[in-house]
Amino acid sequence: MMPLRRFTIDQPKSVKEAAEMLAHHGENGRLYAGGTELLLAMKHDLLRYEHLVDVKTVPDLNTISVGNNNLHIGATVTHRAVERSAEAREHCPVLVDMEHNVANVRVRATGTLGGNLCFAEPHSDPAALLLALGAHVHVAGKNGERKLNIDELIQGAYETAIAPDELMTGVDIPLAAKSRRAAYMKFQIKERPTLGLALVLDVDGGNIKSARAVVGSISPKPARSDQVDKILAGSRADVEKRLADAAQELAKVADPVDDLEGSAEYKRHLVGVFLKRAFIKALS
Amino acid sequence: MTDVKQIVNLKFTLNGKAVEVDCEAEETLAEVLRDRLNLTGTKISCEVQVCGACTVLVDGLPVSSCTLLAYEARGKNVTSIEGLAKPDGTLHPIQQAFIDEFAFQCGFCTPGMILAAKALLDENPKPSRDEIVHFMDGNICRCTGYVPIVRAIQKVAGTLESKHHK
Ligand SMILES: Cc1cc2nc3c(=O)[nH]c(=O)nc-3n(C[C@H](O)[C@H](O)[C@H](O)COP(=O)(O)OP(=O)(O)OC[C@H]3O[C@@H](n4cnc5c(N)ncnc54)[C@H](O)[C@@H]3O)c2cc1C
Repeated sequence: MMPLRRFTIDQPKSVKEAAEMLAHHGENGRLYAGGTELLLAMKHDLLRYEHLVDVKTVPDLNTISVGNNNLHIGATVTHRAVERSAEAREHCPVLVDMEHNVANVRVRATGTLGGNLCFAEPHSDPAALLLALGAHVHVAGKNGERKLNIDELIQGAYETAIAPDELMTGVDIPLAAKSRRAAYMKFQIKERPTLGLALVLDVDGGNIKSARAVVGSISPKPARSDQVDKILAGSRADVEKRLADAAQELAKVADPVDDLEGSAEYKRHLVGVFLKRAFIKALS
Repeated sequence: MTDVKQIVNLKFTLNGKAVEVDCEAEETLAEVLRDRLNLTGTKISCEVQVCGACTVLVDGLPVSSCTLLAYEARGKNVTSIEGLAKPDGTLHPIQQAFIDEFAFQCGFCTPGMILAAKALLDENPKPSRDEIVHFMDGNICRCTGYVPIVRAIQKVAGTLESKHHK
């Protein structure tokens, strides 16, 4: 492999300065966090940048905090820091479970949650789970701040709604209510997940008041639909009988294709298997 | 394309000693360790953060030095395989256990394996077998299979069942 081409590294001291640096460099510059995606793509010469803007020198983006309604995770918090966070474990255990199984220990120690979401690689565990949890991201640029949900953020494979001179500052995840049951399960035999299934239920005794199911990694962006979620609401016994219908509908929305991860038919089958497993896990 | 060279004056602690070295912004930690500091115990193999051969510890955490920029080591504590044995040559217990349990053949993955194992045992001195397998899952060995490697780690942790114990 080629060594990396020459570049410089800028060290912004504020969000505003980072946005200005990105605007100044234009297409010759790029925001840089852990580099676990960016530097790989640059090593392969798939991307070329002369200037990297190190978002990690912006203070306060690497913190996890608990607000009234949300668990806030700063953009430069690493997977490992989420995995080890007592606040995350208390307020969103499913997130910790998911992070524990992202990539390998070295990528978890270096790669950030912000970098994962902003690269919009289709095989993302966090994107699928955060969509199911109804999370929002904060994006800042020279024109101020905006709030996007995950569906708005991720537009397609490697495509986001973030402008080249904007940066993501953090993610807000609604705190777990007592009635929330959630599970994330994935099927993975390679470096990245073949399929991830996130299921978030709001339960009241034997009744599922509402549900949100997301399948990730089998389509350019994580897939869900109101129709699927409607099938998954009702009495637990009834929903159990309808799981196969819900899975079929979810697979239809995701519309998987044949690729090296498996045939479309196989992936549709996996949706059924993993929806069932996630359902059992969420309610156990 | 302009070609702006940025020299980074790196100061960090390497295997317990302060070091200072100039490198270019785009140099990886593995390049600086191997080519500028002549520490070739760090091996480069897959180059894509998958195999773990280039594992070193930065502030105690395992990283893929083949892709981590040397710039990230500034002000940090870096441990490479050369830092494990005592100055008198006494091996670190994990190194000794790898020998005792025949946990390598060609040895190319071994520095990375040992450093990953060190990171694990430093944070979790008595890991279960499952915890060992989960943590070591990103370090690939193509010779021995993983059984002797897991046993070596269990041996250091003092959790190896006596029937295997010599
Ligand atoms: C071997 C391997 C295995 C992996 N396995 C998994 C897996 O199992 N599941 C999974 O979900 N992921 C997996 N990943 C992906 C991993 O999660 C990401 O590589 C990591 O989170 C990216 O974060 P980073 O900080 O390194 O991003 P970088 O590489 O620094 O940046 C990635 C992109 O995001 C942009 N960016 C970064 N931060 C921001 C920000 N704050 N605002 C705007 N843009 C930003 C950068 O400009 C760049 O385009 C794997 C990666 C590798 C290399």
